[in-house]
Amino acid sequence: MLDVGRHPNIKLMAYSEVEEVNGEVGNFRVKIKRKARYVNEDKCTGCGACSEKCPTVVPDAFNEGLSTRKAIYTWFAQGIPSTHTIDTEHCRQFQGKKCGICQKVCQADAVEYDQKDKFVELSVGAIVVATGYEVFNPNRIPEYGYKEIDNVVTAIEFERLLSASGPTGGHLYRPSDLKVKEEVPALEKSLKKLSKALERFEKKYGQKSEEFYKALGKEEQGNDPDKAKWAEAYEQKEEVSKRLSEYKAILEKMDVAKKLAFIQCVGSRDIRFYPFCSGYCCMHSIKEAIIANEHEPETNSVIFGMDIRAVGKGFEEYKIRGADHSSITYVRGRVAEIIQLPDKTPVVVYEDTMERVVREEPFDLVILATACVPNKGTKELAGILGIELDRFGFFRTTQANPVDTTRPGIFVCGCADSPMDIPESVAQASAAAARAAQVIVETEMKKAS
Amino acid sequence: MAGKKKKEFEELRIGVFICDCGSNIAGHLDCKAVTEYAATLPGVVFAKENLYTCSEAGILEIQEAIKKHKLNRVVVASCSPRTHQPLFQNSCKSAGLNPYLFEMVNIRDQCSWVHMQDRENATRKAMDLVRMAVARAAFLEPQQDIESPLTPRVGVIGGGSAGLSAAEGLSRMGLEVVLVEKNKELGGLLRNLHKVAPEGVDASERLEGLIQDVSSRPNVKIFTGAELKSLDGYVGNYVMNIRDGEGQTVKESVGCLVIAIGAIPLVQKGLFGHDGKRVITQMELEPILKKGKFDAKRVVMIQCAGARGDERSYCSRICCMIAVKNAMFIKKLSPDTEIRILYRDMQMYGTEKEKMLWEARGEGIRFEVYDPAHPPEVGDKAVRLRQPLLGREIEFAYDLVVLSTPLVAREDASELSQLLRVPMDQNGFFLEAHAKLRPLDFAADGIFLAGSCRYPATYDEARSQGLGAAARVGTILFKDKLVTSAIVAEINPETCVGCMGCLQMCPYGAISYDQERKICQVNEILCKGCGCCAATCPSESASLRGFKPQQLMSQIRAVMEG
Ligand SMILES: Cc1cc2nc3c(=O)[nH]c(=O)nc-3n(C[C@H](O)[C@H](O)[C@H](O)COP(=O)(O)OP(=O)(O)OC[C@H]3O[C@@H](n4cnc5c(N)ncnc54)[C@H](O)[C@@H]3O)c2cc1C
Ligand SMILES: Cc1cc2nc3c(=O)[nH]c(=O)nc-3n(C[C@H](O)[C@H](O)[C@H](O)COP(=O)(O)OP(=O)(O)OC[C@H]3O[C@@H](n4cnc5c(N)ncnc54)[C@H](O)[C@@H]3O)c2cc1C
Ligand code: SF4
Ligand code: SF4
Ligand code: SF4
Ligand code: SF4
Repeated sequence: MLDVGRHPNIKLMAYSEVEEVNGEVGNFRVKIKRKARYVNEDKCTGCGACSEKCPTVVPDAFNEGLSTRKAIYTWFAQGIPSTHTIDTEHCRQFQGKKCGICQKVCQADAVEYDQKDKFVELSVGAIVVATGYEVFNPNRIPEYGYKEIDNVVTAIEFERLLSASGPTGGHLYRPSDLKVKEEVPALEKSLKKLSKALERFEKKYGQKSEEFYKALGKEEQGNDPDKAKWAEAYEQKEEVSKRLSEYKAILEKMDVAKKLAFIQCVGSRDIRFYPFCSGYCCMHSIKEAIIANEHEPETNSVIFGMDIRAVGKGFEEYKIRGADHSSITYVRGRVAEIIQLPDKTPVVVYEDTMERVVREEPFDLVILATACVPNKGTKELAGILGIELDRFGFFRTTQANPVDTTRPGIFVCGCADSPMDIPESVAQASAAAARAAQVIVETEMKKAS
Repeated sequence: MAGKKKKEFEELRIGVFICDCGSNIAGHLDCKAVTEYAATLPGVVFAKENLYTCSEAGILEIQEAIKKHKLNRVVVASCSPRTHQPLFQNSCKSAGLNPYLFEMVNIRDQCSWVHMQDRENATRKAMDLVRMAVARAAFLEPQQDIESPLTPRVGVIGGGSAGLSAAEGLSRMGLEVVLVEKNKELGGLLRNLHKVAPEGVDASERLEGLIQDVSSRPNVKIFTGAELKSLDGYVGNYVMNIRDGEGQTVKESVGCLVIAIGAIPLVQKGLFGHDGKRVITQMELEPILKKGKFDAKRVVMIQCAGARGDERSYCSRICCMIAVKNAMFIKKLSPDTEIRILYRDMQMYGTEKEKMLWEARGEGIRFEVYDPAHPPEVGDKAVRLRQPLLGREIEFAYDLVVLSTPLVAREDASELSQLLRVPMDQNGFFLEAHAKLRPLDFAADGIFLAGSCRYPATYDEARSQGLGAAARVGTILFKDKLVTSAIVAEINPETCVGCMGCLQMCPYGAISYDQERKICQVNEILCKGCGCCAATCPSESASLRGFKPQQLMSQIRAVMEG
C-alpha cells in the first residue's frame, strides 16, 4: 500500500469513482468523479487532531460497526492516503448545527467545508478493473439467526474482534457480553439520577423512599401527583438497580469465548443463493481458529463444512496443523439451524453426515463464513465500462485469456473476476499489469510506424 | 570514494528538526524541550521544532536551513522512517546534501505512542534517541547509489502453458525472449491432454494458438531439446550457458529469468494396484479418451492416490477437477458406464469447477466419501470401501480403476534450484519470496517463477502466472539502468583471511570467494545490506556501509551517556 502511495508512476485517486469511459483500446478517455472530502488532500498531514476533537461519534464501518469513529475520519489508521474525510451525513456542520471544531483545531488549515465534487478526465491506454467483492448478507438465511442472536457473527466481524488493533484489542469477548458492558455506564448514570430524585423527595417529605413505597400499598394511590412521581421514580430505581446487578454478575463471569463454531459455505454452494464455491473461506476459518487458539490456548474450534477446501500451497499442511496443535475439529455436514439459550449461548443444530444423526451442540461464539459475491456496484460499472458479466455476476473472462474482459484494453483481476485468495489475486494482478503494458507498448509502436 | 579524504577535517554542522506532528507527538511529550536539548548536542548548529516537518513548509525549512546554515548532516525526529525517510532524503538531495548524510529517529511510535500516559519519560526517551541519532550522524559518510546497466532480454526456462504465456507476454511488452525447452517440442503437459476443463475445448486447440503465436514472434528465440547448464552474473546482467538441441553450448545474455518447468503427474507402480492396464492414472486415461473409444462399463476413480498422506502431505489442487472432467467425458462417450468417484474432499473451488460438480452429480456420477484411515482396497475384481456414512463395507465391481494422482516436482528441479541458487519447499516445488504477497518472485532479484513448478495449477492459473511473471520482469527491465542502495557490505581485502564465514551466512548469495587472492568479495548489486556478513566476520573485515562499527558504537556510547 505504502509503495503504491509513494511510487512516482502511480497517481492514487482514493475516494473517487469512474463516471464515463470513451474511446478505445490504446486511447481511452475516462471521466472520474473525485468526491469531496471537505479536507484538502495536499494540506492535510493526517495528524488526526481533528478527529480527536470532533464531537460526533459514529459506528466504525471498518470495524464492522463493532467500535466507533468520528465524523471526520480516516478509513483505518494505516490507510493511504492518510488524508481525513468528513462524513457529511453525520457531521454537525453539514447537518445544519453549529460546530466547525475541526476547522479550528486543524493547524494545517486543511478543512474546507465548501469543497465540491470534482471531475477530472484522464487519457489512458488500458484499464484494469480490481473492484473486488463483498460478502453475502447472512440475514438471508433466517435459520442462522444472524443479528437476532448476538453471539453469531460473520467472519469479517470475527477478524475485527481478533485483531490487536480492533475494537476489543484482540480479546475475544462475546458480543452479548460486550453489549452488556456497553450498557452499564448508561445504567449507572440513570441510577445516579434516580437516586438523586429520590433524595429530593425524601428530604421534602422526611421519609425514606422504601418506607414511603411500602406504606403506599395500603394507602390510596395516585391522589397526589407528586407522590405518584416519587413512587414511579422508586420503581424505576429498583428496576434499574436490579438490571445493573444482573449485568454486573454477567460481567463478573465474563470470559473470552473459548468454544467456537465455524460454519462454512454460508450463501455459497447453495442453489438458493450462490451455487459457486468462494474458494478462500475454508482457509480463513482455519486461520481464524488458529489465531484464536494462539490468543487463548484453551480455545477449541469446530469447523462445519461439506468439504474442507485446502487447495493452495501449504494449505493442507496448515489444516492438519490446525487439528494437531490448535484444537480444531473438522465436522462434515451442513448446519441446519442455530438457536439461542436464555443465557445467550448459541446452539448449533447439525446433521453429522458421518454418523447420520442430528446433533445439538452449544458454543460460545458462532462464526459464519459468508460467500464472496459480486459487489453491488458491479453491474453499473460493467455498464460504464461496456463489458459483460458472467452468469455469476462477476466480470466475464475466458480460460484462454484469464484477465481479458469482453472489451479490448480492459482487464480484470482478483475477486472482481471470481472468488480467489490473496496469492491468486496478486498473481492475476500482475497478469493484468502485463496485458495493460502490452497494450501501451503496442500502441506506441503503432504510433511510431 | 571521492570526497573521503577531506572529510576528516570538515567541520560538523548538524541540523536537527523535531516534529510536533500536530498534537500527535507534541501532545504527549515536550517537543520544545527536546529541541532545546538537541541544540546543545555536539556538532549541532541548528535545531528547530516544526508543526509538521513533512508538510511543504517543513520541507522548505529543512532545505533553507541546509543552505543558510551550511548544514552537512540532517537529523529529523518524527514518525516512521518506513513512510517518511525517502521523502526527507530526497528533500536533502534536492537541497544539495548527499541523502546518505540524513538520519531519522522515530519519536512518534517509540515515544509519544508507547508512552502516551508518561509525558516526562516520553520526553526523556526522545532526548536519548535524538542524542543517539546526532552521535551517529557525526560519523555518516556520503554515498553514491550504485548504478549498473540492464540487458533488456529475458530467459524463460520451460515451454509449457506457463512458460509460453510468459514468453508471449514479454515479447508483446517489447522485450526479447530466449525460451529454453528441455523437450523436443513445446507445450508441456497439455500436449498429452484430451480436453481442458472447465470450458472443455481440445487441449491441442488451446495449445496450438499459443505455440504459433510465440514461435512466430521475431523477438523470441526458441531452443528445444535444450537445457540451461549454468548461470553466471547477476540481476540485469545474467549469462545463460545453454546446451542446445545439437549438444552445443550457447551463451545468451539476459537481464532476468522466468522459471516455468512444470511438474509431473505421479505414476507409481503398485499404488492401489496400479498396473497401467486395469488400474491406471488420470494422465494415462487422457490419451484413451482422446482416441474416442471407451468400453469399460464400471469405472471407479480414487482421489488423493499418493497425496494427502504420510509420504506426500500436500493436496495437488487440480486432480479433483481432472477426475470430474474425465468422468463427465466418459459419460459422454459411453452414457451407460457407471462411474464412482471415491474422495476425501472434492476440491472444486471457485465458480466454474463447483458448477462442474453439480452437473456431474446431475449426470448420475456417484460420489462416495472415504476416510483416509480406511482407504479403499483395490482387489482383482472389485474395490472395497468402508463407507463411513453407512458404517459398513461395500464393494464396487470394476472394469477400470482410475487413480487421481498428484502432480509432483520434477526430479531435476533440485539441480536447477542449485544452479540458480533459488530455494525449494519440502515437496520439491520452488519457494517464492512471500507466499501471499510475492507469489511469482524468488527472493533473489531478477528471477521469477510461474506455473506448476511453484505449485500445481490449472491451465488458466498457469497462464495468469506466466503473464504475471512477465509483468514482474517489466518492473526491472522497463528501466534504463538498475539503481540500488549504497548501503551494502564491503570486505577489507587487507584483513580478510578468507575463512568464508560470511559467504555461508549471506542469504542473497552476494559473496564469492576469490581463488587467486584467497579472500571473499561482495557483489554490490546482489547485496541487500542485511549485515549478516559483518556480524559474522571474525576479523572484522566485513562491514556494512552506513552501519560501520564506528557509526554503531557512537550510537551505543551516546545512549550510555544519558
Ligand atoms: C473474513 C475474510 C478473511 C480472509 N482472509 C484471507 C486470508 O487470510 N488470506 C487470503 O489469501 N485471503 C483472505 N481473504 C480473501 C481476500 O480478502 C481476497 O482474496 C482479496 O481481498 C481479494 O482482493 P481484491 O483486490 O480482488 O478485492 P478487494 O480486497 O475487495 O478490493 C477491492 C477494492 O476495490 C474498491 N472498489 C470497489 N468498487 C469500486 C469502484 N466502483 N470504483 C473504485 N473502487 C472500487 C474497494 O473499495 C476495494 O478497496 C479473506 C476474505 C474474508 C472475507
Ligand atoms: C491428467 C491431467 C489433466 C489435466 N487437465 C486439465 C484441465 O482439464 N484443465 C486445466 O486447466 N488444467 C489441466 N491440467 C493441468 C495442466 O496440465 C497444467 O496446468 C499445465 O500443464 C501447467 O503448465 P506449466 O507450464 O506450469 O507446466 P508444464 O505443462 O508441465 O510445462 C513445463 C515445461 O517445462 C519443460 N521443462 C521441464 N524441465 C525443464 C528444464 N530443466 N529446462 C527446460 N525445460 C524444462 C517441460 O518439458 C515442459 O514442456 C491437467 C493436468 C494433468 C496432469
Ligand atoms: S484535517 Fe487537519 S487536523 Fe485533520 S488530520 Fe488533516 S491536518 Fe490533521
Ligand atoms: S471455500 Fe470452503 S467455505 Fe468457502 S464456499 Fe468453498 S467449500 Fe464453502
Ligand atoms: S485435488 Fe482432490 S484428488 Fe487431488 S490431492 Fe487434492 S483432494 Fe486429493
Ligand atoms: S550485507 Fe547481507 S546481503 Fe550483503 S553481502 Fe553481507 S550478508 Fe550478503
